[in-house]
Amino acid sequence: MKARSQPTEERQVESGRAPRQSMLQAFRQDHHMIELVTRPHRSNLIRFAAEHPDLLVLGADLTASCEADGFRDQYPERFFSFGMAEQNMLGFAAGLAREGFFPYIHTFSVFITRRPFDQLAMSIAYPNLPVRMIGFLPGITTPGGVTHQAIDDIALLRAVPNMTILEAGDATEVESVLAVAQTIDGPVYVRQLRGEVPRLFPADQPLRLGQARHLGQGTDLAIISAGICTEEAINAVAALRSRGVSVSHLHVSTLKPFDDPQLLEQIAKARHGAISIENHSIIGGLGSAIAEQLAEQGIGKRLIRLGLRDTYAHGASKPYLMREYGLDAAALIRAAETLIGESLQIDDIALAKIAANIRTEAQGETLAKADKTEDL
Amino acid sequence: MNAQPLQTGQQATSAQPPSPSPSPSPLTVEAVAAGIRRRVLEHTLRNNGGYLSQACSSAEILATLYLRVMRLGPSIAPLIPRAFAGVPSRDNPNAFTGAGYNGPRASELDRFIFSPVHYALVLYALLIELGRLGPDALEAFNTDGSTVELIGAEHSPGHELTAGSLGQALSQAGGIALARRLRGETGRVWVFMSDGEFQEGQTWEAFAALAHHRIGNLGVYIDANAQQCDGPMTDVMTIEPLADRLRAFGAEVHEVDGHDSEALAAPALARLSGSGAGTGATPRAVTATAPTPQHQAEPAPTDRPLVVIARTDPCRGIELLRERAPKLHYLRFKTPAEQDAYEDLLEHWQDSSSQ
Repeated sequence: MKARSQPTEERQVESGRAPRQSMLQAFRQDHHMIELVTRPHRSNLIRFAAEHPDLLVLGADLTASCEADGFRDQYPERFFSFGMAEQNMLGFAAGLAREGFFPYIHTFSVFITRRPFDQLAMSIAYPNLPVRMIGFLPGITTPGGVTHQAIDDIALLRAVPNMTILEAGDATEVESVLAVAQTIDGPVYVRQLRGEVPRLFPADQPLRLGQARHLGQGTDLAIISAGICTEEAINAVAALRSRGVSVSHLHVSTLKPFDDPQLLEQIAKARHGAISIENHSIIGGLGSAIAEQLAEQGIGKRLIRLGLRDTYAHGASKPYLMREYGLDAAALIRAAETLIGESLQIDDIALAKIAANIRTEAQGETLAKADKTEDL
Repeated sequence: MNAQPLQTGQQATSAQPPSPSPSPSPLTVEAVAAGIRRRVLEHTLRNNGGYLSQACSSAEILATLYLRVMRLGPSIAPLIPRAFAGVPSRDNPNAFTGAGYNGPRASELDRFIFSPVHYALVLYALLIELGRLGPDALEAFNTDGSTVELIGAEHSPGHELTAGSLGQALSQAGGIALARRLRGETGRVWVFMSDGEFQEGQTWEAFAALAHHRIGNLGVYIDANAQQCDGPMTDVMTIEPLADRLRAFGAEVHEVDGHDSEALAAPALARLSGSGAGTGATPRAVTATAPTPQHQAEPAPTDRPLVVIARTDPCRGIELLRERAPKLHYLRFKTPAEQDAYEDLLEHWQDSSSQ
């Protein structure tokens, strides 16, 4: 379909979409105001460790940066510092796991997945040991630049046999992901969030292994989001609905195994196709996993993969990078327009209005502060 | 299994005087070492290839570890090695390790971690000499579907870890030793390493961590044969002065003649008797309430990892190998004449081994 600059009411009715409503109306129907939670992992780790006496935490000079300082102070005999030496730390974790302990490695994602990849594959993954690798600063969530931005971690670890990959998308998932990881007989890699984390999902609806969250029904488009991109997708879906586009929205938190039938069912129903959005390279992550399944199942729908387009990023603020690299609500709207074949007349101001209603201005300030003062 | 008598251990053999000639006991270090060399040579001939120089350099080290240093129970694994049962995964309950050849797990028993698994043939030959593997076990060597693999992995007899990416086993052994200390176990962890592994940065990360966490229930025996795949280590990448480097990293280091079983065993026996009642570990329960002191001045001698650098000769016992120097890593016969010379050596083995 060719893009059209001026869609008419008639055309929208013809195409069977819901009548227009205001973006805020649409948003408020589905969501409450979003609460920001301060360092949910820090307190949850202490709570969780109290119930699991065989849980040990291994750190590599990023203990407070990975919110494990509370655990260290509470359980000093269960905390082990390994300094900046991740290859050795992963080996120690493997040895401890062979003896029946549950090592929870805490460091930045890049230092789990890039630097000690051979150790991860041979010492931990091959023997299927229950090491839990809690990786922080996934994707472009850090101004620390290319060395600190894990944009290829999912791709690398999806290729590792025995590996389970989980990604937290909000405070509720940050608080519930450890319990899911602990049930798994084998190694688990978690893309974890730190600092001020929005609560998008009710606290009593924890992350469930292998189950996407179905956040909205629709038959024009399917949007599949993960991690921090889900909040952007919520904004975009509200905007699209206000233009009468019927959108199915799914949030994915289990990236491997990747076998939730809901995803293909919703994409198959979407007349114009699907959009995936992820805080990762478009090669090897969520979008690739969906594409593989669509092809194998013979589902002939278009799929636009949003994410880093085979490029590294650089050091800057999260909102800037999300905009710059097309991981935000505006990028989703553009992709939706491409699939539908017409302009939906949703400008930045309209999107900003929706986003502003998700978070109060005060919360925005807290966030900006947290971004600037983080330990790297 | 705690009640089982130890099949090996220093008690049985430490009183034995050094004897250069074949001993009447079938289980002397010298006899076992000669048996290792003969078996590996025989196998190298049968397969037109093998890691022969590793047998020459390490035979006494490994025999000493099994006969005089480690406290191991009798093998609990079958004499004829099991077939490969699939890679470990949550869907494969049949996967196993080869650790059972080193006896059962028990609090007071030692553990053996085999790091340079390119020496696998040497370990298999040793296990046969000790009766832990059946005499025909090498027939499965490097055959499809067998666990008696060319480069050993955790399913291979005598192996507990998948250590073929060299330099990874010491960290894992450190984790095992730390876990044993946390549980108050008195058994130790012994690691056999090759000198080439000291080119890997991870090895030095591991020694830093062993010293920092005062892991004294771990000992390392290094086959310092000064050879690696590309040739002499001094040409490829020197690691010397190894003893000084290791001491600077906080280890207790001994440098010995790697073909002298008395000298090889002495540092381990001294550590055992010096630390009282055979426990080098400081038992500390993981549930202890007192925080671990982070910055004590000097670790007690028994809280340091023990290292024995065994200086060895990669042609020991098979003089013919010297003609191939300096490339000794893997022997493949270049001419029929060369093969005949080794065949001849095997035929007259008794003469050559009682040199």
